[in-house]
Amino acid sequence: MPSTVTKTPEIIKKNEQEMLEDWVKQQKKVLQNRIDHLSESTLKQQCKEFLNQFQTAVQSGEMKDIDQSKAWDGVRRFLAELSRSRALASFSPSETALFVFSLKQPLFTLMQREFKGEELANEIWTISELLDKLGLFTTEVYQQSREDVIRRQQQELLELSTPVMRMWEGVIAVPIIGTLDSARTQAIMENLLQEIVDTNAKLAILDISGVPTVDTQTAQHLIKTVSAAKLMGTQCIISGIRPQIAQTVVHLGIELDNVITKATMYDALAFALARRGWHVQRVNGASSSVEKLARQTSNMSGNLP
Amino acid sequence: MERIPILKVGQYLLITIQVDLHDKMILALQDELTNMIVKTGARGILIDISALEIVDSFIGRVLAQVASCAKLLDAETVVTGMRPAVAITMVELGISMKGVHTALNAEDGMELLNDILHRDEYAHDFSAIN
Amino acid sequence: MLIKASVKRISALLGFSLVNQTKIITAAAELSRNALIYADQGKFKISVLDDTRRKGLQMIFSDSGPGIENIEQAMKDGYTSGHGMGLGLGGSKRLMDEFDIKSAIGVGTTISVTKWV
Ligand SMILES: Nc1ncnc2c1ncn2[C@@H]1O[C@H](COP(=O)(O)OP(=O)(O)OP(=O)(O)O)[C@@H](O)[C@H]1O
Ligand SMILES: [Mg+2]
Repeated sequence: MPSTVTKTPEIIKKNEQEMLEDWVKQQKKVLQNRIDHLSESTLKQQCKEFLNQFQTAVQSGEMKDIDQSKAWDGVRRFLAELSRSRALASFSPSETALFVFSLKQPLFTLMQREFKGEELANEIWTISELLDKLGLFTTEVYQQSREDVIRRQQQELLELSTPVMRMWEGVIAVPIIGTLDSARTQAIMENLLQEIVDTNAKLAILDISGVPTVDTQTAQHLIKTVSAAKLMGTQCIISGIRPQIAQTVVHLGIELDNVITKATMYDALAFALARRGWHVQRVNGASSSVEKLARQTSNMSGNLP
Repeated sequence: MERIPILKVGQYLLITIQVDLHDKMILALQDELTNMIVKTGARGILIDISALEIVDSFIGRVLAQVASCAKLLDAETVVTGMRPAVAITMVELGISMKGVHTALNAEDGMELLNDILHRDEYAHDFSAIN
Repeated sequence: MLIKASVKRISALLGFSLVNQTKIITAAAELSRNALIYADQGKFKISVLDDTRRKGLQMIFSDSGPGIENIEQAMKDGYTSGHGMGLGLGGSKRLMDEFDIKSAIGVGTTISVTKWV
């Protein structure tokens, strides 16, 4: 049952063309520097669509619960989509909410022409309240979309912050620097496992000498990474465990049984090379010839004026 | 019922799982493999699962059981080609597949089987000397 | 197999990462197998949750089998009344964000799980 009767949809319908033009003009004034993102025809299209949805919703008579009621579904969906796309196109919150608020002036001008006295006051009150609510709604969705963007950027940053390096044929390494939280360890794990496939790595070194502390969850994530790599056929080596972290691990009773640990990245690499059957040897006399070269160059510079 | 083909190459049995496994299919495979090991005297089994999108507790258990059976019949089992997403999920699920060797791809898997069998031979030589 | 295909398509459409899609499909495999093994049959319902803030995937498995007497025990890793590894229930809980189990002896079991994108 309609809770409020309003004649506004009728007068919108009657004067739609005129009002659309007025409304678009209003917005263009403020959105001047955004017009590159938004062609006039798109804007017009959006305004028209909104007016349509708005009229249908108002005609339902449901004016109170516009955040939930079915009658307002169309309007909400349209505004959510609009806010989201504007948020992604870096519109400001007020530029986004403007879409709804700028409707007030053309609409009220029209109402002043069509209604009189008490009716005018009532109609303006009803419509104004509605538009305020809808404006608030766009701002909320806008906020939410910006938060989504930030979250995604954080995720990308996470992935960038831990590069996987190819050390040698069949050997990769991840030097982890900074605090390890669950999200980051998860990102590292996925990155590492993909890189294992891409490079066909038989050994993977996880160097945690740059990690200040490790809590139970992080330690468990590390172990999970090692186990997942093992299931795929790759052995992990953890290097650079700080004394405090070693104590934590023991204290927490975390089993590091099937994990190979090495004191430093250097030891880990030496171990990995040996495991892969490589033998590194210094070429005989290399050091003396390098010294000779160094002496020659210093002589040369000495001769310069 | 569709069957998963088992290929004999040298002293190894090769299985490439290409379709989503029905429970009955994998149980039949388990039976057939055990019989084949005895019949052919195979020393190694290579199961490539690179086509599998998931490994749940049932498939995981069967793979581990195949490996234990094979071990009793003096053959080693290597599972190859597990996808990263599958590995992460299995760890979260809690499946460890003890007793199963793993390798990144079938080629590495063959090499691994060769290494393991060689190591066994060396161990044999060593005990003979003593 | 039908369940797997639909879960896969819907989770991909919702934008779950490949890892999360795999986790969801695996949980579905565990819970539907349980219904099949312990209750002979079951119903499966998949729905998309959307509270304008975030989207999620919900799966409900319900059967009218024997029910579970001791839920706490059944949830424990390693507990099985049959020949399993006892990982299905506990594992599914870890793979999903939300896990809700209701069971009554002689009436049946209903498990509802959700993962948010
Ligand atoms: N739908 C169900 N109806 C009745 N009992 C169930 C149901 N689902 C699980 N159970 C009981 O809970 C126990 C634990 O289930 P869970 O899935 O964790 O392990 P499992 O099925 O025994 O082994 P796995 O899943 O590792 O192969 C089962 O052994 C069974 O007794
Ligand atoms: Mg189970």
